[in-house]
Order: sequence, then structure tokens, then C-alpha cells
Amino acid sequence: MANTILHLAATRGHANHGWLDSYHSFSFGSYYNPERMQFGALRVLNDDTVSGGRGFGSHPHDNMEIVSIPLEGDLEHEDNLGNIAVIRKGDVQIISAGTGVFHSEKNKNQALPVAFLQIWLFPNKLNGPPRYDQVSLNITDRHNNFQQILSPNPDDAGVWVQQDAWFSLGKFDQGFTANYQLKKPGNGVYAFVLEGEVTINGQTLNRRDGFGIRNIDQLDFTANSANAEVLLMDVPMIT
Amino acid sequence: MHHLNILAIHRDKKILATVLRLINTNGQWNGIGAHSDEEAIELFHQQPVGIVLFCAGIDPENEQKLKAVFNTQNPPPIFLQHYGGGSGLLSAEIYEALAKQGH
Repeated sequence: MANTILHLAATRGHANHGWLDSYHSFSFGSYYNPERMQFGALRVLNDDTVSGGRGFGSHPHDNMEIVSIPLEGDLEHEDNLGNIAVIRKGDVQIISAGTGVFHSEKNKNQALPVAFLQIWLFPNKLNGPPRYDQVSLNITDRHNNFQQILSPNPDDAGVWVQQDAWFSLGKFDQGFTANYQLKKPGNGVYAFVLEGEVTINGQTLNRRDGFGIRNIDQLDFTANSANAEVLLMDVPMIT
Repeated sequence: MHHLNILAIHRDKKILATVLRLINTNGQWNGIGAHSDEEAIELFHQQPVGIVLFCAGIDPENEQKLKAVFNTQNPPPIFLQHYGGGSGLLSAEIYEALAKQGH
């Protein structure tokens, strides 16, 4: 099996519902591509923009770890566990759906769009209790650094997830190089470029490109442009 | 038109209703739903079922008992564990299951 998969930004699935403009790196909704079902435990990577005052009404999930990362604007969350919260750039939200949860996600701002990544992971344990959490991170800590934003350990940095997965975000100066060590043997990394141009293990990537790498224990990273931003998703390679 | 009957089993009635609504947005699929094992068996015997969707909250022992009953159909249905109930994954999961069966 190939050790890498490349998902160029322009090849993603796309659905424009007017109020919601969404790009799918993996099969989702009416976008079905059997070659793009998952990367290990990573099942969904949606790049969503929601119009002012609009959003996803209350709807259910079960047995899925749902991570939201705001890129701009304010996203208002409400669920049947009693949580009401607003997340914005620098925050990370996790919904561990477990046996089932209803939630809504809406643009808090009436005039401006909200853009965010919606990421779903298969859990490593089914039918657990549903759980909501969010953290606020200092985004200056990700300057020329892979800042951990998610891990399987409740006592570690970022939100904790019911899976042996680690997410890191970084924003880099042009020419900056780094080496990322995978957190667990057997995991792979799916890199998603938020801004700019980077090179990962010899592969040049541009804005919103995705690149999955397996059978490695580290990867080499170079920022080719100023203010290059990358999300690394270190996930088990389950099938 | 031939419809594919999809039996969804979910303990939560609200989530089950959403799952059925999503299934029925496809004109070639007919979603039928049960929240108890007894209701699922009763519905199963009323029509040929192509796919059984096991959703959250069904323990493995009950799932095995249901599969034993459903496997008496010839041909047996496709069994599918549905993750992320009521989600954008449902259609892809059904398409994947059908493709694996050569449909």
C-alpha cells in the first residue's frame, strides 16, 4: 500500500448550500469518493464557511469524536448536555458523541461569516458517555512551533479525545524547518495546510492541500512562504 | 422502481427519526426503523431487507442475536454498523457496503 496520499485543495468535494460553503477532504454528505473514505481514524475533514446568523440546527451524532477549530469569526455551540458556549480563533472544541448527543453550531455574528474546520475521528471505544469540552490556547505559542491542541490524555495540552490521536497547529516564518516525531508507533500523519506553502518529506503543499503519510516515525517540515500555517493530525491507521 | 429496504435500529427515537429522514432523501432507498429488538424482528419479517444498520446503544450480545435471526433471510441482508448517527457519513457508508457486495 502506498505510504502517502495527496489531496490537492482543488480535488476536494464541494457543496455550496448558500448559507454553508463546505469543502470535503473525505467522502461526506452527497460527496462520495471510494478512494477518500478515511485516513486511519480520521474520517471527516470539512473546511466550512457559514454565513452571518446561520448555522447547523440541532442534530444528533453518536460514536464519533468531533473536533471544531475556528479559523475566523464566532461559532456558538449548544447541546442537550446543557452546554452553551462560543468558540473563536485560538479555541478548540471537542464533542465526544458516545451513546448520542444533540447539538447545534451557529454563527454568532449576524453580519460576518464564520470559518472553521470540522474534523471527525472514529473513537477507540464505543458507547461511552457523551462529553463536551473546549479550550482556549495562546496562538503565539504556535509561532515556529507545533503547538499541541488535542491528545488522548486529559492532563495533557489541548482537548482530550477518545482516540490515540494528537493534533498540532503551527504558524511558521519563511525558511523555518522542523522535525515532527510521531507520538505513537503505527500512527500516521495527515497534514492540512491552512495558509501558505510548505514542504513535508519532499512533497510541496499549498493552501488547503492535504497530505497523508504512514509507515514513518518522523517527518521533515519546511515553510516555503511567510506565515505558513499547518495542522498535523497524528492518528492510528485503523481501517 | 425497486427500492432497497434499509432497517435502522437505534435505541434513541429522536436519532432514529433523523437517520430515517436521511435514508429517505435517496429516492431508491426506503428506510424503516426500530428502537427495540422485538420491533426490529417484526419489521424484518414484513418485507425483504437489503441492509440492516446497527446504530449506537446496541450491545454486542443483542446484535449477535439479531444477526442470527436476520441471517435466515435468503439472501441475508448486509449488516452495517453506523457511526455518527444522523450524519453526513450515512450515504457513503451505505454506498461502500453496497459496493463491497458487488451492487
